[in-house]
Amino acid sequence: MTATTNAPPTSRRSHGEATALPRKRRSLGDLKVAMIFLAPATLGFVVFYIWPTLRGAYLSFTEYSLLQAPNFNGLANYERMVQDSLFWNALVVTVEYVVINIGVQTVLAVGIAMLMYRLTHSITVRAVVLLPYLVANVVVALVWYWMLDFQVGIVNQGLTWLGIDPVAFFGESQWAIPTIAGINVWRHMGYTALLVFAGLQMIPKYVYEAAEVDGSTEWKTFWRITLPLLRPVLVMVLVVTMIGSFQIFDTVAVTTAGGPINATRVIYYYIFERAFTRFDFGYASAMAMVLFAILAVVSLLQLRLLRAKESDLA
Amino acid sequence: MRLLSNSRRALSPGRIAAWVSLVVLMLITLFPFYWMLRTALSDNTQLAGHPNSLLPVETTLGAFKRVLGLSTIEEAQAQGGSGASVNFWLYLRNSLIVATVTTVCQVFFSAMAAYAFARLRWPGRDKVFALFLAALMVPPIFTTLPNFVLIKNLGLLNSFAGIILPGAFMTPFAIFFLRQFFLGINRELEEAAMIDGAGHRKIFFGLIIPMSAAPITTLAILTYINSWNDYFWPLLVGQQENVRVLTVALGVFRSQTPQGGPDWAGLMAATLIAALPMIVLFCAFAKKITNSIGFSGIK
Repeated sequence: MTATTNAPPTSRRSHGEATALPRKRRSLGDLKVAMIFLAPATLGFVVFYIWPTLRGAYLSFTEYSLLQAPNFNGLANYERMVQDSLFWNALVVTVEYVVINIGVQTVLAVGIAMLMYRLTHSITVRAVVLLPYLVANVVVALVWYWMLDFQVGIVNQGLTWLGIDPVAFFGESQWAIPTIAGINVWRHMGYTALLVFAGLQMIPKYVYEAAEVDGSTEWKTFWRITLPLLRPVLVMVLVVTMIGSFQIFDTVAVTTAGGPINATRVIYYYIFERAFTRFDFGYASAMAMVLFAILAVVSLLQLRLLRAKESDLA
Repeated sequence: MRLLSNSRRALSPGRIAAWVSLVVLMLITLFPFYWMLRTALSDNTQLAGHPNSLLPVETTLGAFKRVLGLSTIEEAQAQGGSGASVNFWLYLRNSLIVATVTTVCQVFFSAMAAYAFARLRWPGRDKVFALFLAALMVPPIFTTLPNFVLIKNLGLLNSFAGIILPGAFMTPFAIFFLRQFFLGINRELEEAAMIDGAGHRKIFFGLIIPMSAAPITTLAILTYINSWNDYFWPLLVGQQENVRVLTVALGVFRSQTPQGGPDWAGLMAATLIAALPMIVLFCAFAKKITNSIGFSGIK
């Protein structure tokens, strides 16, 4: 190809050359080309992200049944929410789920990550651990629904064999949420462990060597060195997994559908029901607004309280 | 620490206990997959009689035939099926269409956008990028309700377009992910190509995309898996059988199954059909996928 440019034929070409020069001559730079490259993504962004965000906020101040145009009703939805015992129940149930799910999952994930880090860096082990995460929530929920069946599920068979009475995992109010939380721990612990594992690999080796020279035991090293140095990573992991955890829906939808009574009617499921079985879109949007606010506050608090950005390594 | 563990403490009790825990955890991870297979290969009418048999009970492919619509109603009922017509071939096809189109479009358009953010210079670029990223903060349910209204008003309920469109153009994560890689590509190559008279289209297709083949593949696999596993959105807009994807079909199948004697074998055969393509994909790309789980996503 000849290097000489025989007068660039298209305007795009000429813009292209503008970048090639170390100092851009035109203040607009590659704007025209950029607009072409950004066009599809921007279309999707505006239509399916920005516009629905604004519309969702507006709908939360309306009464809207999908059949007629939204009818502005001020703060009525929010006032109603304060009085709605099912809404408060949904919040309590969701928080219970998040606490169990995130608590157990984080402890197990750190444990698995430590085991892998200390014992083997084998890719096979890591892949096996990740496997459940790649299978759909719905599939995972159904497999456990079968394994935890009251009469013929293998888990209750095992419990009986151990001399323990079978448990109605999905049928009893006090078990339903811990059961669903446990199922999702099974699905996500490996993924979370790999995130923690990546964090462990970022801790420089010399820190451990120094600890060893000082005669620190493994137990002490973990609590005094590994965990504090892992903190920034753990905070990020917690923020991400907790946001996901608040959005629990699939597992509930295919197993208990909110029951028994209201024991598993989590906020996502309640919003879904309001919107799609009662066609109460305004109220559902208002609840989605509140969920949005809760998630924002929770993330900010975590980042603040745990000083995510600072590392003790400096 | 690792020096110690590898040599001197090779057989310490603590280390043995650690290995045992790791093996137990891996068994807990793998057992449900085995149980899915064991149940799917069993005769449903015999399952309840042998709940703790570790091998399939009366091994048969009946459950698979049943959910793929290959057996007659009499055969299906003889093996404990409900007799309701299910056709997982159709749902499998629908899932393939949705996941493939979503992945191809989303990755391609996101790559274009990432190119504009990483390799082009234009006023306001970083502000626009920050706005795109801010969308990560909005929980899906919040945009899902108005998106449903939009798709409904466009008359796209129960169409592939309705299921695919919201995810077809971009996700903030995909743009962010690819931009990271595009930023790292050496500018000199690009400049050399420009001196040779290559335009941006040529640079994008001939240089940037080939050089980023690895991260693009990783992103495509992750997008494919997410799209394949998605339940909430297709449940809202794609209930009808002709566009029903596997996850939605599983939910329907489960809700149709009679309370008295559920067709567990059929249900497990169906879940296996839904899970198998992802497991195969994972086996083929295990290393790539596993290594991609790090901090690209969250830091």
